[in-house]
Amino acid sequence: MKLTVAALVEPGSTRITKTGAWRTFVPVVDHKKCIKCSLCEIYCPESCIHQVDGLFVPDLDYCKGCSVCAHECPRKAIEMVLEEK
Amino acid sequence: MQNLFAPGHRACAGCAMPTTVKLILDAAGPNTVVASPTGCLEVVSTPYPESAWEVAWIHSLFENAAAVASGVEAALKRFGKKDTNVLVIGGDGSTFDIGMGCISGMFDRGHNVKYICYDNEAYMNTGVQRSSSTPYFTHTTTTPAGKVSFGNPRPKKDMPAIAVAHRVPYVATASVAYPVDLRRKVKRALAIPGPAYIQVNAPCITGWTFEAGNTIELSRLVVETCLWPLYEYVDGKLGEVKKIRSKKPVEEYLKAQGRYRHLFRKEGGAEIIKQIQAMADANAVKYGLLD
Amino acid sequence: MMKVVEGSHAVAHAVMCCAPDVISAYPITPQTHIVEHLSQFVADGKLDTEFLTVDSEFSALSSLVGSSAVGARSYSSTTSQGLALMWEVLYNASGMRLPIVMTVANRALGAPLNIWNDQQDSVGARDSGWIQLYAENVQEAVDMTPQAFKISEDPDILLPSMVCMDGFILTHVYEPVELLDKEMVSKYLPPYRPGVVLDPSKPKTFGAFVDPSMYTEIRAMQFRAHEQAKKKIEEAAREFAELSGRYYGGLIDTYQADGAEVLIVTMGSVVGTIKDVIDELREEGNKVGLVKVRSYRPFPIEALRAALKDADVVAVVEKDVTIGTQAALLTDLKGGLYNYRDMPPIIGFSAGLGGRDITTREIRKIVDLARSAKDGIETEYGFLDLKEELL
Repeated sequence: MKLTVAALVEPGSTRITKTGAWRTFVPVVDHKKCIKCSLCEIYCPESCIHQVDGLFVPDLDYCKGCSVCAHECPRKAIEMVLEEK
Repeated sequence: MQNLFAPGHRACAGCAMPTTVKLILDAAGPNTVVASPTGCLEVVSTPYPESAWEVAWIHSLFENAAAVASGVEAALKRFGKKDTNVLVIGGDGSTFDIGMGCISGMFDRGHNVKYICYDNEAYMNTGVQRSSSTPYFTHTTTTPAGKVSFGNPRPKKDMPAIAVAHRVPYVATASVAYPVDLRRKVKRALAIPGPAYIQVNAPCITGWTFEAGNTIELSRLVVETCLWPLYEYVDGKLGEVKKIRSKKPVEEYLKAQGRYRHLFRKEGGAEIIKQIQAMADANAVKYGLLD
Repeated sequence: MMKVVEGSHAVAHAVMCCAPDVISAYPITPQTHIVEHLSQFVADGKLDTEFLTVDSEFSALSSLVGSSAVGARSYSSTTSQGLALMWEVLYNASGMRLPIVMTVANRALGAPLNIWNDQQDSVGARDSGWIQLYAENVQEAVDMTPQAFKISEDPDILLPSMVCMDGFILTHVYEPVELLDKEMVSKYLPPYRPGVVLDPSKPKTFGAFVDPSMYTEIRAMQFRAHEQAKKKIEEAAREFAELSGRYYGGLIDTYQADGAEVLIVTMGSVVGTIKDVIDELREEGNKVGLVKVRSYRPFPIEALRAALKDADVVAVVEKDVTIGTQAALLTDLKGGLYNYRDMPPIIGFSAGLGGRDITTREIRKIVDLARSAKDGIETEYGFLDLKEELL
């Protein structure tokens, strides 16, 4: 890698860092309870919960396991589970 | 929801700041230039050669983001790019304290710059030291609670009032727990020509000491206790105010955070909590928060 | 067109000819007339630019960091305490490789407060990564302005520049000056075509933080750009000469240096006085000459070595002091020449501090002291014209 003049950086390039490695607890979504309010997506600090084929799914590459989504889910459809690695 | 703040950033798990930034950028859209001061946001989002920013972004120094944004706006104007949004997104230390002179100048010159402060009420990046945004009786590392101290001996500086005094046409407070309100306020600020100031409550897990998952809940609670009224000032007049349906006692908010632990353990703490309750009650009256 | 105007007016006119997109400045004596003239040009519709009247020098340079990052040709002017207040931004502008140009109307630093000329202000910023050019007279300050933009904006350079002119002595003097011709300047100085800018359609990140694994290399890139600038400064002066017929040297200039036994090294407006003394001394049969440092940063040690190597003795005269050691130009010169063989002895003087006149009598004294140093230095450094009786 050659350095850029004035240390300029490309947009969105933190994606190469998979912060999922920080995680202890992993969010597990019960899609039957989900009412698709999208609050989990809105509040996620990692911007890593998205609708995939109509279901809200956390991207475990980046999810730090903070549990904000589980706390904010109005239907308690997300459970934080100790992750076995 | 458009995502203009990429994952992979290094903010603490459960930090309110990335959510705040994501919501601001969702409202502003990609035709935006952001200037940020030194601080948590800058550090977690731009470790060279990486950046979480999907919009054009510049960081120069701790205290000059408002001046840098002034120059950005002037140059964009010069090049006929008046449609590009120019934002500052910075923390309370750079806003309330060290950047005050540059902010005053930017407001005074009437630049079309929207200054948004994510307010976590202390210098978190350097280890939770007091800023002039730190509320009364808060434990920080430079205003610690102790045998003869109940924490910060001074009230929180009224920064929105200072913005209003500069005749800033749009001034508002917001909370990360109220995303619809926050996005609407950013959009409204962008629609009104000239400077704007928006102060967003953004809890800090390590500085306030609470469980990571409670971030949003705490920012909701501070609003529901009337300690953080949500309001707008348009052209110097109090505009829309977020009404509180069932006002919660401040104790509920205070006891959820380590930075107020001393109020529940120390003799005389109950009296201090009463004083804080009185501040919340005064806010409710001043801004007409209750029906 | 030759006109008798105030130095500040002539420099403001030169800035106007360079067509800056953004000007941002804060008033401070003796820089004020430059920005007043620029403001008047704007008010009269002669200069189309975004002019920011900011709240401090700190804001002035900070706002130019923003405008320059967007790709705007950006200009400011300051002096003394104002430059000191910019300190933090100086390093930032050069580290971010922004080709801002700033006129420094050199003035002493307080305390004690003193509004008169010396060069302590810009000399104190010698490590900040800015190019520093020092003008001998108003005409040179005028001509240096487009040269500075040309050097700074070169894609191989991308460094900010200070055009340093002695406060009051040059900013407030009325003398005949050839005002720049706009057309000539636009031929000499093409519009700024920046490479990467703050642009929403190509959203780059400016000002990331760099950890210990790469910080040294970022500094080395700045260092190499300064090395490149040495060539560019020479080129810019020659190209300007081709269009204007005026040339003052590139990195350095010399006067009566051929066969000189004593060579005086200095920078700024005192060059004029020293040249007069040299004329007298030469008439009296004394082989004395002058080397003028035009570019203090980058420091042209190769050119200085070539110019000084055949002298019997070198005497440095400078309007600054490095309290705790000697003075900046002297120590830079000695340090730069130390590893070369057969260099003449070097002595130096801090002179003209806080606006004290450097008289022809004092310059003659320097020459006498230099001659006696030929056979062994007695005093390597001292204050010129020091009133011991007051101490």
